Amino acid sequence: MSTETPSSVPAPAASKTNRLGLELATYRGSKTTLCAGCGHNAITERIIDACYQMGVDAKKVLKFSGIGCSSKSPAYFLNASHGFNSVHGRMPSVATGAMLANKTMTALGVSGDGDTGAIGVGQFVHLMRRNLPIIYIIEDNGCYGLTKGQFSPTADVGSKAKKGVVNELPPIDTCAMAMELGASFVARSFSGDKKQLLSILKAAIAHRGTCMIDVISPCVTFNDHEGSTKSYAYAKDHDEELGEVTFVPFFEDISVDYEPGSTTEVTMHDGSHLFLKKTAEDYNPTDKLAAHRLLHETASRGEFATGIIYIEPDKEDFLTSLNTVDIPLAFLPTDQVRPPKAVLDELMDELK
Amino acid sequence: MSSPSVSAAPAESLSSHHVVNDFSISVATVNGSGSQTANLVLLRAIFQMGVPISGKNMFPSNIAGLPTWYTIRVNHKGYIGRKRDVDFLVAMNAETAREDVMSLAPGRVVLYDAPLKLSELRDDLIFYSVPFDEIVRDVCPNAKLRRLVKNMIYDGVLSHLLSIDLGEMVKALSAQLGRKPKAMALNQTALEAGAKYAQEHFADIAHPYRIQRMNKTEGQILVDGNAAAAMGCMFAGCTVVAWYPITPSSSLPESLISYMRKYRMDQETGKATFAIVQAEDEIAALGMVMGASWAGARAMTSTSGPGVSLMSELAGLAYYAEVPAVVFDIQRVGPSTGLPTRTAQSDILSTAVHSHGDTKHVLLLPASMAECFDMAGDAFDLSERLQTIVYVMSDLDLGMNTWMSEPFTYPTKPLDRGKVLDEAKTRELGASWGRYKDEDGDGIPWRSVPDGPGPAYFTRGSGHNAMAQYSERAEDYVSNLDRLAKKYETAKGLVPQPIEDSVAGAKVGIIAYGSSHWAVEESRDQLRDTSALPTSYLRVRAYPFPDSVEDFVRRHDRVYVVEQNRDAQMLSLCRMDLDPALQTRLRSVLHYSGLPIDAGSITESIVAQEKS
Repeated sequence: MSTETPSSVPAPAASKTNRLGLELATYRGSKTTLCAGCGHNAITERIIDACYQMGVDAKKVLKFSGIGCSSKSPAYFLNASHGFNSVHGRMPSVATGAMLANKTMTALGVSGDGDTGAIGVGQFVHLMRRNLPIIYIIEDNGCYGLTKGQFSPTADVGSKAKKGVVNELPPIDTCAMAMELGASFVARSFSGDKKQLLSILKAAIAHRGTCMIDVISPCVTFNDHEGSTKSYAYAKDHDEELGEVTFVPFFEDISVDYEPGSTTEVTMHDGSHLFLKKTAEDYNPTDKLAAHRLLHETASRGEFATGIIYIEPDKEDFLTSLNTVDIPLAFLPTDQVRPPKAVLDELMDELK
Repeated sequence: MSSPSVSAAPAESLSSHHVVNDFSISVATVNGSGSQTANLVLLRAIFQMGVPISGKNMFPSNIAGLPTWYTIRVNHKGYIGRKRDVDFLVAMNAETAREDVMSLAPGRVVLYDAPLKLSELRDDLIFYSVPFDEIVRDVCPNAKLRRLVKNMIYDGVLSHLLSIDLGEMVKALSAQLGRKPKAMALNQTALEAGAKYAQEHFADIAHPYRIQRMNKTEGQILVDGNAAAAMGCMFAGCTVVAWYPITPSSSLPESLISYMRKYRMDQETGKATFAIVQAEDEIAALGMVMGASWAGARAMTSTSGPGVSLMSELAGLAYYAEVPAVVFDIQRVGPSTGLPTRTAQSDILSTAVHSHGDTKHVLLLPASMAECFDMAGDAFDLSERLQTIVYVMSDLDLGMNTWMSEPFTYPTKPLDRGKVLDEAKTRELGASWGRYKDEDGDGIPWRSVPDGPGPAYFTRGSGHNAMAQYSERAEDYVSNLDRLAKKYETAKGLVPQPIEDSVAGAKVGIIAYGSSHWAVEESRDQLRDTSALPTSYLRVRAYPFPDSVEDFVRRHDRVYVVEQNRDAQMLSLCRMDLDPALQTRLRSVLHYSGLPIDAGSITESIVAQEKS
């Protein structure tokens, strides 16, 4: 028998539905096999919530992952979506290919800090450069969970592993990299911050382009101890929230009422609205230089800034730049993909 | 102008008689000097005169300044494999001239750049000295262009020495440069100046090698295998291409880009019916191909040995997760810092079992331009039918050299998109559908494509049961592995079948594949005519081997497996797959110099082994 069966969630008494008339349960996946309390499970829940609340058509979603604990999680949400658990660090290319084949899909990739920052850093770099339409989530716990707790490239200097080893190499800041390389939506969040993560995910669903979301997601088994900078306790104490994120999808009325000047409003490509409450620093998430400064300053204080760090709502995405026909390439009929005999005759004549 | 220098060879040499339409010309130049245009004009002019030719470029892995040799073989019988010996040397490169001259057999001919003073080296050759610098000074006022234009002068000289119609030369030049009037005019002047010089200075000499008009190339085309394969991909309905530059593969995707941009843009909207992406490396290229194929596109990549090595991990996933993918391997000698511009058939064994775990793959083995074209289509059909990775094992000799061919046949067979769930099949199978379930007994399951009518499933490597659910149960793994083996058996009946040419009573058989074919055909004639050794021939066109391969070995006392690698890679596959009792019949003919195999080498090897 299969070791995995879809989890059955009892329907709520008064079944609530979204704009597609679907219940939350239809967005669930198979039962998680990750450790109890793993941050990744909370992210899975937020993905389910975000897709439900946005009224995402799961049949139009493609799920991708690489290898590692994080990369198991696409099996735990959106059972009605096709998923592809690829190889270590190579999810970006597989996702790119699938989106080339069918640009009408929504790509949702889940990676880990090792999968992205170590073995997969090359493909990550080029995914960001291309600004492929994809929601790329890093479930970031600073260690390799599935191989029992080795440091990953996002581990901070001085962070202590469970066995007492101290990390001495500087971390890769995936948000800074993504921004520098061309991703048009860059955010960081914490798996314990339900409200913020949900808003960011909903905004990401509305965005067309690469949404790189680094989510600090503590590993309860190998990296949640005293001395770790990716533990729940450390994350709670050092989360520097960049002001409240409020997302209003295009299909809802804007009912937020902020004092003039207190928020930055960003109109998304699909007509949705993003309201970012200004912090004391008057942070502007469309200013790339300011975003870089912020990341450096918070990191130097041992904190991590969370929220939408950078957004460029109208940047052209990779698939648009390829100027392909409207029908997905995967479904083009033969007469559109096999030129007529006259073309071969012409080519042959040129070679005679 | 300096006085002409012609030194005739001794009387017993070839100068006493003519050799018509059966010789080889080697043009030794420096790469980056623009000699390719002149060489193709020479090749094309002879081809236009109806004489069978083949052109092989031996070039360095370098952009400018290193020696390069372009060899044209002319053969009235139509032998188009490489000829080992050079009959007519055009020595334009000071660096190699001495060695090139010393390697010629007595009586052969050398046309050389006057300052090289080559006639002093030997007295048993025919030398023609031409002051190229002086001629080019008169025809090309722009000093910067002289280095390039100089090459066209040797074409002009050759037109006289080899009796090649100058009009055909001009026509061939026009095919190359017709769209650039200035360059055309300048080069034509150089061509004519060369011819004039030869007429004025070498008129009284009996020239031993001659081209005489025939009608053996009528209707034929001149093409390289990478262009042929690119055309094949376009007519096969390829929609996604991901690639990374590597010699000798790059010209395949680059040709494909130019064909697709011309012929695969939607006429109404001007939008592309394809996506071509230059990936960050070969790993990403195969990843993109697999993602695209998984999502329902016809996707391909093209690479060479080092790239195939990088693709290894994903290839294993393609095998286990049953994702179609088409990979062209334009083989060359390895490794990356080796001889990337020399040909080989040396990825056969490693590609047949490419990747980790228990894997075995489908290889297609094109031998001709037409097969480079046709097998591109076969590769997509087989890859989707079998839901697996399919390799087209071309090589540098096929891919980058210029070959004669019959025009390609327009594919009329419908595209075989394989077992993809449509609405009717989805309804028919209902809840019983399993992504990895052997519904039809051929080992090939039904595939559901995202955004199609079939149910969703989660694609992962080997840890799944027939229903594509996560499973680490031993029975599930074994059952899946056995089904994959059954699928491989099914492949034997679907791949291009071997082509056999049996001679009644022949005790000796030859097995060959790919670009070795042409030299084998010529060698069989040599063995029959000069060694009274009739041979039967089986040209293998795909792996896994259909049963006919074993039958062929069974019917012959000794079977020579001819291939271009050191370690007898195809022979090793035969040893793995054929009846062990037949293995003592198998012998090897190996060629691994990096130069294309030639008939003489095969003949000598077989004759020697037959004697022993």
